[in-house]
Amino acid sequence: MRKELLGVYTIWLRDIKKFFRDRPRIIGSIAQPALFLFVLGSGLASSFQLFGGGGGQQFLAFMFPGIISMTVLFTAFFSAMSIVWDREFGFLKEVLVSPISRTSIVVGKNLGGSTVAMIQGLIILAFAPIVKININIISILKLVPATFLAAMAVSSFGIALAAKLKSMQAFQVLTNFILMPMFFLSGALFPLTNAPQWLKFLARINPLSYSVDMLRTIIIGKNITQLHPLNIDILVTLGITAVMSAIGIILFNLQD
Amino acid sequence: MIDNINYINNGDNNKIDKIIEVNNLVKKFKNITAVNDISFNVFKNEIFGFLGPNGAGKTTTINIICTLLPPTSGTVRLNNYDVNKDKYKIRNSIGLVFQDPTLDDRLTAMENLNFHALLYDVPFKEIKKRIDEVLEMVDLLKRKKDLVRNFSGGMKRRLEIARGLIHYPKVLFLDEPTIGLDPQTRNRIWEYIIKLKREKDITIFLTTHYMEESEICDRIAIIDEGKIAALNTPENLKKIAGSDIITIISEDNSRLINYLKENFSIATEIHKENEVRFEVKDSSKFIPSFIRHCPVKILSINARKSTLNDVFLNLTGKEIRDENASSKEMMRIHARARMRR
Repeated sequence: MRKELLGVYTIWLRDIKKFFRDRPRIIGSIAQPALFLFVLGSGLASSFQLFGGGGGQQFLAFMFPGIISMTVLFTAFFSAMSIVWDREFGFLKEVLVSPISRTSIVVGKNLGGSTVAMIQGLIILAFAPIVKININIISILKLVPATFLAAMAVSSFGIALAAKLKSMQAFQVLTNFILMPMFFLSGALFPLTNAPQWLKFLARINPLSYSVDMLRTIIIGKNITQLHPLNIDILVTLGITAVMSAIGIILFNLQD
Repeated sequence: MIDNINYINNGDNNKIDKIIEVNNLVKKFKNITAVNDISFNVFKNEIFGFLGPNGAGKTTTINIICTLLPPTSGTVRLNNYDVNKDKYKIRNSIGLVFQDPTLDDRLTAMENLNFHALLYDVPFKEIKKRIDEVLEMVDLLKRKKDLVRNFSGGMKRRLEIARGLIHYPKVLFLDEPTIGLDPQTRNRIWEYIIKLKREKDITIFLTTHYMEESEICDRIAIIDEGKIAALNTPENLKKIAGSDIITIISEDNSRLINYLKENFSIATEIHKENEVRFEVKDSSKFIPSFIRHCPVKILSINARKSTLNDVFLNLTGKEIRDENASSKEMMRIHARARMRR
């Protein structure tokens, strides 16, 4: 048991160390959300005014948690998908031949990717004053576990997928046909409250919409775009994490 | 053609110091048979080599012995553990240096080794000492705190060998340890491997498709299309090829072939570039008597000692060649390019 925990810790630590060593990646992790928030967000907000709507500033405030969610989701997903490459040509190959159980490898990878995703998500909180959102210490204390949980849900989903993937090409296809639709239907970029029924239905069955809703409710409080009560969001996200982690662990153990 | 059976020397089967035993191993991928019913043993403290072209089944066999792939049928035991039943015990007793680099190049040499030591549960108190010990072994102690990305290809490979040793494995597997390195660096890697065998109580199992390199092995298995064509010491294998290789270019090759057949009972044919190529026991005795009565004008004659390349040619009827790149091979080439940046 001690040995397995040490294995989980080692795999987790490696992801963390790699993240802090990779300066271009840290810069990119700040630059991309900034681009979305200030260029796309400001552009969209001003276009609403052009078409006669008000609420440009509210839209930016709405979009801010969406951008944090986006960062967390994409980071966690790509980290999980790096398994496909890593298994053939990287560190993971080295781990797979070591005497560490497959379960510990999956758990370590999940925790590592989720921690990095959480850190990247929390960095973006620094933009909060610019979009005029008040972030106090309480909401940060809530956001740490919340972003971590949201990352775990996506990461465990990605790991379960990666277990079955044999090539990087398949990964491109998955990104286009699974991740992007899930992201668009998550409510990160536009509110789903006023969406047509079919869109609303798709959003409801999209697990990501619950994590996005959770993060948004924590950051901007009760609002007109809220889809579900906070405790429902948390329960669903926890449930997805549990189910997907179990699937990932089973799949990796089956392949051993 | 040569009767292969005579050239399989698996040593005395009653010996107790076998570290790897492979019996009737078969591995099929869908409808491709990558490993086709092979059996061999590896003894403690020897350097055992797998020689063959890409796609011959070398890496597949290693992956099976290392518990990374399940065998389709047959039994494989390492250090008396069965690959199907005692995976984790086998993983604990082996070190593996892969064909493709698996180092983290944004981490230092020491960090890479430290991660490995943690994964193998090397006692905390020992880790520092062992890192220094294995780095010393491959002459990288001074570079301990340097980022791996600043290492040359040869240094990276040495670091990987060091990493494979840190948990004191019983068997160290080296899959194409010198691939992609320049000749000088390759020689140094071999020096380290020979030194390793001398200084440590370890068995080394390596694969290569460089003929010259396999000569450092105690025994070599020549593998082609999933089968072992021959298994013996390099010296004995070279005897199979005949001792000397003669190549002749003459004005009339077909008359030359007839002459060789009638007077020396040597059956031969024209090889590429219009050469007549054949083997004799002793070229220094053969050439004078051959020249004396030769009816055709000789343009060039060349005699040389046979090499393992000739053995391979003799046994399989082809030269060691590189296969066409599969999609996985393309990924590998890409991975190497990334690592070298």
